[in-house]
Amino acid sequence: MEHYNMNLTLKVWRQKNSSVRGSFETHKVSNISSEMSFLEMFDVLNEQLIEEGKEPIAFDHDCREGICGMCSMYINGRPHGPWYGTTTCQLHMRAFKDGDTIVVEPWRANAFPVLKDLMVDRAAFDRIIQAGGFVSVNTGNAQDGNNIPIEKEKADQAFAAAACIGCGACVAACKNSSAMLFVSAKVSHLALLPQGAPEKKTRVLNMIAQMDKEGFGACTNTGACEAVCPKEISLDNIARLNKEYLNAAAVSDK
Amino acid sequence: MLDSKIPAGPLEQKWNDYKGHVKLVNPANKRKLEVIIVGTGLAGASAAASLGELGYRVKAYCFQDSPRRAHSIAAQGGINAAKNYQNDGDSVFRLFYDTVKGGDYRAREANVHRLAEVSVNIIDQCVAQGVPFAREYGGLLNNRSFGGTQVKRTFYAAGQTGQQLLIGAYQALERQVALGNVTMYTRHEMLDVVIIDGKARGIICRNLVTGELERHFGHTVLLCTGGYGNVFYLSTNAMGSNVTAAWKAHKKGAYFGNPCFTQIHPTCIPVTGDHQSKLTLMSESLRNDGRIWVPKKKDDNRKANDIPEDERDYYLERRYPAFGNLVPRDVASRAAKERCDAGYGVGTTKQAVYLDFKYNLINKYGRTEAGKQGIENPDMETLIRLGKEVVKEEYGNLFDMYEKITGENPYEVPMRIYPAVHYTMGGLWVDYELMTSVKGLYALGECNFSDHGANRLGASALMQGLADGYFVIPYTLGNYLADEIATRPIPTSHEAFEEAEKAVSNRINQLMSIKGRQSVESLHKRLGRIMWEKCGMARNEQGLKEAIEEIRALKKEFWSDVRIPGEINEMNPELDKANRVADFIELGELMCMDALNRAESCGGHFREESQTEDGEALRHDDQFMYVSAWEYKGESDWQLNKEELNYEVIKPTQRNYK
Repeated sequence: MEHYNMNLTLKVWRQKNSSVRGSFETHKVSNISSEMSFLEMFDVLNEQLIEEGKEPIAFDHDCREGICGMCSMYINGRPHGPWYGTTTCQLHMRAFKDGDTIVVEPWRANAFPVLKDLMVDRAAFDRIIQAGGFVSVNTGNAQDGNNIPIEKEKADQAFAAAACIGCGACVAACKNSSAMLFVSAKVSHLALLPQGAPEKKTRVLNMIAQMDKEGFGACTNTGACEAVCPKEISLDNIARLNKEYLNAAAVSDK
Repeated sequence: MLDSKIPAGPLEQKWNDYKGHVKLVNPANKRKLEVIIVGTGLAGASAAASLGELGYRVKAYCFQDSPRRAHSIAAQGGINAAKNYQNDGDSVFRLFYDTVKGGDYRAREANVHRLAEVSVNIIDQCVAQGVPFAREYGGLLNNRSFGGTQVKRTFYAAGQTGQQLLIGAYQALERQVALGNVTMYTRHEMLDVVIIDGKARGIICRNLVTGELERHFGHTVLLCTGGYGNVFYLSTNAMGSNVTAAWKAHKKGAYFGNPCFTQIHPTCIPVTGDHQSKLTLMSESLRNDGRIWVPKKKDDNRKANDIPEDERDYYLERRYPAFGNLVPRDVASRAAKERCDAGYGVGTTKQAVYLDFKYNLINKYGRTEAGKQGIENPDMETLIRLGKEVVKEEYGNLFDMYEKITGENPYEVPMRIYPAVHYTMGGLWVDYELMTSVKGLYALGECNFSDHGANRLGASALMQGLADGYFVIPYTLGNYLADEIATRPIPTSHEAFEEAEKAVSNRINQLMSIKGRQSVESLHKRLGRIMWEKCGMARNEQGLKEAIEEIRALKKEFWSDVRIPGEINEMNPELDKANRVADFIELGELMCMDALNRAESCGGHFREESQTEDGEALRHDDQFMYVSAWEYKGESDWQLNKEELNYEVIKPTQRNYK
């Protein structure tokens, strides 16, 4: 692969903390190698800012392998940037060319308040899991793993749903800031498996109730979430969630 | 001095006997006891969930925004368990034996046997939680095979096994949060451990959002804070992975075990330039089908595909005809370094070798497929097309990841790979109960030194983390806490908390007041370079002595010239990083001292002075059959304590791969 260097203009959201208003700040970076990752380009910018005696830009990141779900930049109007099925940390500078202007914002959703610059608080996702995103089995109670045979197709579907990394791109992409793709991925993962069956009904009702309580919006099936999901979680999961919800709500006496 | 508390009796009965006689805490008393757990990876999350279920009042801490982000999530390959579902002769004893041998006979027999015993329970527990392991068409669990073993005992979930196991433990943890048994503190970093009357009684941590220092009391403190590979700056660890919690414990009296034992993984995507922030692993399984080579000519700038067959040096096949490309990790890594150092490296930086799939793609998969489909005398084009389809099914996601990072299509051109720091076998010294040399202070998972000796086998890190958290600590912790039921919670206004917080606060103030010229990142990079050059894949006496001097000088430079922007009482990631790098610098010095002391080669630790005629690692069991447990005495001052290793069941031998 031929590589090249480029000069770029960055318009980055700066915000001191959650209680003040933020604004865009423009910075120039030069000699950015096409081999760098997007976050490494930010590392260069931050070193430059420190050198100039300014505060570096705060952003969430950790594994830089596309699996921890921590990175969360809204790049040129798209969560995680232009590449399909890719997290910000796996986006590389080959995606851009010399002279480009790149606009970088945090996730924007009421349920994800900005903590600083590009960092947001996604604790709402943890609370949704607390509401029912688990199988109630204590350590030590398990029977032999092979006593529960699972149809391969079902197991594969459950795995595909469980691949969700909880990054919140689905919420950031949705015009209503709905968390339906995230919630449906967990509901589907556990509903597809026999282990999840006993709590099937309470799980879906409780998780949806918590989602509403957190201030996420409603789903209107535009599919923007699926289009930006770095793990390609399918919209089919939302259909399954709706079915599970109807089944549970119809017989619920709560 | 060092009492490893290994129970008496035959090896295979030790753990059962222990469990049968260990002290218990009744349910009413458990509710009065507070347990602090730092870190929420596989070890921490599983421990927090299990102890919460038992009724202890648990407080768990992580520096990430959610416990689900911990770096256990990035493990690809799988988790070992002695289930023998494949009927291929596996057993608890074989898993135990492979692990001890893989560790080049520097691990404790009793711990490793316990690990092998509980491995089977881990799989059952994870299945019950709904972890979507790979399955056969009959609906039963599937296995794959991994390095250093002759059986198929590795359970997996595609290339995301760590993620699925961590999410399982995370869900169990969040369930306990919902039930009120666990209180979760995210974006919190532990900056000191509080010791009162010789026992660990709490921690000081920094709220990373507000910058405030907080005091937290616990009857006991569990460190589940992972490994310290980031001392090398570049590693496959997450950016935030650090040694700080373990290092603070070390400075408060916990011995550090075998700090120099580092695993360097041979197949990672190479460094492309100075901007590089981390390295990405390509699973060990790729070496099954890839052939490793470099050009025979020095500084050959031709493209890989333009170099004819007879001008390629398949150096692993040349040097190790019996094992070829499937030699163990440490051997493969050293051989790649040797070729690159000699000037045969490839790519822009010349610090890479080729991992080439073409031969097996055509000959192994292409021809097999052609045979299956009844195509006689297939031409090259057909073979390549058929082979690609199979390779895509086997390794598709890894090939995609490689292409995203490098921009090259590994189906067309060979992958470029180079070794990278991946795991640290060393860690806080713990006894059989996972307690450090400080009473009431425990270390679980990669944070401790205990089970992998001088080299860890693939798919064993996940096994150890979950074994410690789900199945070991719930028993061993009770043995300590049973004597603590009368201890009332100590108010955090106690002078020990006061002093510890003061010390942390002073250090932060000192760091912020330096206002020097160099960024934390640039100093960390320089530490990494020293460590990689002189305490990396190959070490020698002179280099290590130089490294110690260089690190001491770097430490002075750090403390007089580091520049940290921002304020103390706010979110300040640069300050957090500075706190971590300051500790890495001190650890680096100890690692070099340990490597200098251990004048033998074993597993991942290769001392150039100690090799066989053929350049292989040479152990000296007569002098070094011990665990180095370093005791902190003061600045740049450590005392070496030795825990002798007694092999009662296995007889140590020399490894050979020719």
